[in-house]
Amino acid sequence: MSWDRPPAGSAAPTTDDADRTPVRDADVCVIGAGPAGGIVADRLAEAGREVVILEAGPRFDPDDRLARQERAIRPAYDRPDVWDGDPERDAYESTGERFYPLNHARARGVGGSTLHWQGMVMRLHEDDFASESARGVGADWPIDYDDLRPYYAAAERELGVAGADDNPFAPPREQPHPMPAFPPSYSDSLFAEACDELEIAMHSVPNARNSEGYDDRSACVGYGTCQPVCPSGAKYDATVHVERAEQRGATVIDRAPVQRLEHGPDAIEAAVYATPDDERHRQSADAFVIACGGVETPRLLLLSESSHYPDGLANSSGLVGRYFMDHLFAGTGGVLDEPTRQNHVGFLTSESHQFYDEADAEQAPFKLEFFNYDGPSPVGMALSSDGADWGDDLLAELRSAYGTHIGMGGLVEQLPRKDSYVGLDPSTTDDHGNPVPDVHWTVGDRALETIERVNEIQERILAELGAEITWQAGPEGTGPAYHHMGTTRMGSEPAESVVGPDLRTHDLENCWIASSSVFPTGGAMNPTLTIAALALKAADHVLEAA
Amino acid sequence: MELTRRDAVAALSALGVGGTLAGCVTPPGSEPVDVDRLHETLVAAAEVVYPSRVSGIDPFVAAFLEGRLADRAHIEGLEGAVTELDENARVWFDDGFTALSVADREQVLRNVGADEADEDPSGTASERVRYYVVNDLLLALYASPTGGELVGLENPQGHAGGTGSYQRGPNA
Ligand SMILES: Cc1cc2nc3c(=O)[nH]c(=O)nc-3n(C[C@H](O)[C@H](O)[C@H](O)COP(=O)(O)OP(=O)(O)OC[C@H]3O[C@@H](n4cnc5c(N)ncnc54)[C@H](O)[C@@H]3O)c2cc1C
Ligand code: SF4
Repeated sequence: MSWDRPPAGSAAPTTDDADRTPVRDADVCVIGAGPAGGIVADRLAEAGREVVILEAGPRFDPDDRLARQERAIRPAYDRPDVWDGDPERDAYESTGERFYPLNHARARGVGGSTLHWQGMVMRLHEDDFASESARGVGADWPIDYDDLRPYYAAAERELGVAGADDNPFAPPREQPHPMPAFPPSYSDSLFAEACDELEIAMHSVPNARNSEGYDDRSACVGYGTCQPVCPSGAKYDATVHVERAEQRGATVIDRAPVQRLEHGPDAIEAAVYATPDDERHRQSADAFVIACGGVETPRLLLLSESSHYPDGLANSSGLVGRYFMDHLFAGTGGVLDEPTRQNHVGFLTSESHQFYDEADAEQAPFKLEFFNYDGPSPVGMALSSDGADWGDDLLAELRSAYGTHIGMGGLVEQLPRKDSYVGLDPSTTDDHGNPVPDVHWTVGDRALETIERVNEIQERILAELGAEITWQAGPEGTGPAYHHMGTTRMGSEPAESVVGPDLRTHDLENCWIASSSVFPTGGAMNPTLTIAALALKAADHVLEAA
Repeated sequence: MELTRRDAVAALSALGVGGTLAGCVTPPGSEPVDVDRLHETLVAAAEVVYPSRVSGIDPFVAAFLEGRLADRAHIEGLEGAVTELDENARVWFDDGFTALSVADREQVLRNVGADEADEDPSGTASERVRYYVVNDLLLALYASPTGGELVGLENPQGHAGGTGSYQRGPNA
C-alpha cells in the first residue's frame, strides 16, 4: 500500500479540460451522481441505454483522500471543507423552528453525500410502509415491504453490505448479507452485560463497508475517519456506481449544475446546465431521472416553473417540497471508571431495534445505537488550542480526557407535516443567480416525546453500567441525522402525491425521481438502502417505458 | 517511547521514498528549498512540543517531512513559519531558533503566539506557526501508533491499524 500523503491543503478537484458539451442521442439523462443517480445510471447503461449523468459538483481525485482525511482531523478545516464545499454554490436559507445545517448534511460531487456518510444500511420495517394503517399516523406508501424485498436484496449486493442474521426485530429476509458482519467491539461487550440485565437485545449493524475484500475494494483497515472520508475505499460510496456506469458507456459531466428543466405539458425536453466557464448547454433525452437528493430535487422542480406549471414543474398537487422530514438524533453518554476503548474505528457494530415496532400514534419508531467513538479523539484534541499547549502537559491532558467515555445514540422518526418544507428563497441567490433552497424544518410533538423515551432507556442502560452521565441530546438539543425525505412524496393519487408507485411523476410521462424525497413516511432507519432499492426499481420502470 | 520508522510512515510520510533528506531539493515547479533548515527547525520544535518520553525524533521528522515536500504551497507555508521562528529567536536571543536551548525555543514559540493561536494555514504569523510547525508535528505524533499508545489508543484516527484493536479489551 502506498502511504504517499500530501498535506491537507493539497487536495483539489480533478482539473481537466473535459468536454462538457451535451451527449447526442441520449436515451436517458440522470441528474445527480450520488448513490441514487449512480445506481440508476449503472443499471440503464448495463441494459444498453445511452446514458448521460449531469453532476453539479466536481469529480474528486481518489489520491487526495488522505489529504481530505487530514482536513477531517485538523481544526482549520470545517466539515464542508473536506469535500470542497463552496458557500456560494451551496448557499441556502433555514427559516423553520429549528435551524437546519444543510451543508453539513450533504456533499456535492461525483459520489454525492455518500462521500461523507457513515454507511449504516438497514431495511425499513413492514409497518413503516403502512404507517397510517398500522400506527394511525403518517401516510401509507403505495407499495409494501414485499414489493421492495427483492430490490433490497439486490441493493445489499450493489452496496456491499456486511451483516448478520442475528437481528430478531428485522423484517424477513431470504438470503444472507453479501459479507459477514463486523464483530462486536470491546465496548459492545460492556453494554451487553448491562443490556442482559435489562433484557434489552443487542444485535449487529448492517454496514455498507467491507468486512472482507468485495467488489475490487479492500477490507476495512481501521482508519477511523469513515465520516467524512474513508481513504481506503472500504466504505461504499457512489463513485463505485458512477465509475461502473462509465465503464458501461455512460457519460459523466461534472461541474454541470442543472439550472432548469425545459418542458412541454407532458414531458421534459431538455436539462439546461451550466459549465465552469459559465456557458449554458441543453441536454435532451427521451427520459429524465432526477436524483439530486431530498433538497435539490424539489428545488430544481420549483425553479423549473412555467406558464403550464406556475407553481413548479410536476407540481399539480402543490406538494413539491412539502413534508420535509429528517430523523431526529437522541443520545446520552458518560464516563466509566474503567477503559472503554473508543475511537479505534469510525463505525458502529451494535444496535437494538427492540422497541421499533412498539410504535403507534403517540410513540414514534426508534432504534438504539451503541457507540464505538464516544468522547474525544486524542489527535483531534491535541490540535485544539484549548487547554494544555504541548509537551508533557498536553500528553497528561490527553491521557486524562481519553479512555473512559461511553455513549449511545438513537434515531427517531418524525411525521410528515405540510408545514415542514423545502421552498425557494428569492431574496438570496446562488453562484448562478438562482434562488437558494429554504429549508423550513418543523418537527412535531410525537418525535420530541419519543426522544424523551429514548433518553430514558439510554439512562437506564448507562446507570446499569455504572456510568456517570456527562452529556445528553434530548428534545431541546436534538438535531437532524442528515436524511432528507418526503419532498416529492410517492402515492397513488395525483392530487396527494408527486410520483406514483413506479416513481414516475404524475404530471410528466418521461420523468422519474430516485431519492428519499419520495418517502411518504420516513421510519427511523437510515434511508440509503431504501434509496438504493428504489433506484433499482426506478431503473426497471424506465426500461419498461422505453 | 521510541518513535520508529513505522510511526513516521504511519503518520504522514511517503513509504518507499526512502533515503535521507539532504541539502536543497526542488519540489515540483519551484525554487529550491533548503530542506535541511526545515528539517532541523522541525526537530528543534518537536523537542519542545513532543512529550519528554518520546525519542527517535530526528528520523521520524525526516520521514514525515518527506511526505510534505510534494506540495509546494505547504512547503512555502512551512518556510514562512520557520522564518518567523528564526527572526523572533534573533530578536530575543540573538541566535537562530535551532541554536537555542529547549527552554528558549519554547519561549520563542510562545513569543510568536503559537501557544494561544488556533491553527490557520493562511492566517497571522501565530496561526501559521501553529499550523505548519506545532500542529503538523502534533498531528504526525498523535496519528501514529506510538503517539496513540502514549495516550492508550494504539490505533488512533488517521492510522490504518486494522480491525482487531477495536475488539480487544484493555488487558488483551
Ligand atoms: C454525515 C452524513 C452521514 C450519513 N450517514 C448515513 C448512514 O449511515 N446511513 C444512511 O443510510 N444514510 C446516511 N446519510 C445519508 C446519505 O448520505 C444519503 O441518504 C444519500 O447520499 C442520498 O443519496 P442521493 O443519491 O439521493 O443524494 P446525494 O448523495 O445527496 O447526491 C445528490 C447529488 O446530486 C447533485 N445535484 C444536486 N442538484 C443538482 C443539480 N441541479 N444538477 C446536477 N446535480 C445536482 C449533488 O451535487 C449530489 O452530488 C448520511 C449523510 C451525511 C451527510
Ligand atoms: S474504519 Fe472507516 S475510514 Fe477506516 S478503512 Fe474502515 S471504513 Fe474506511
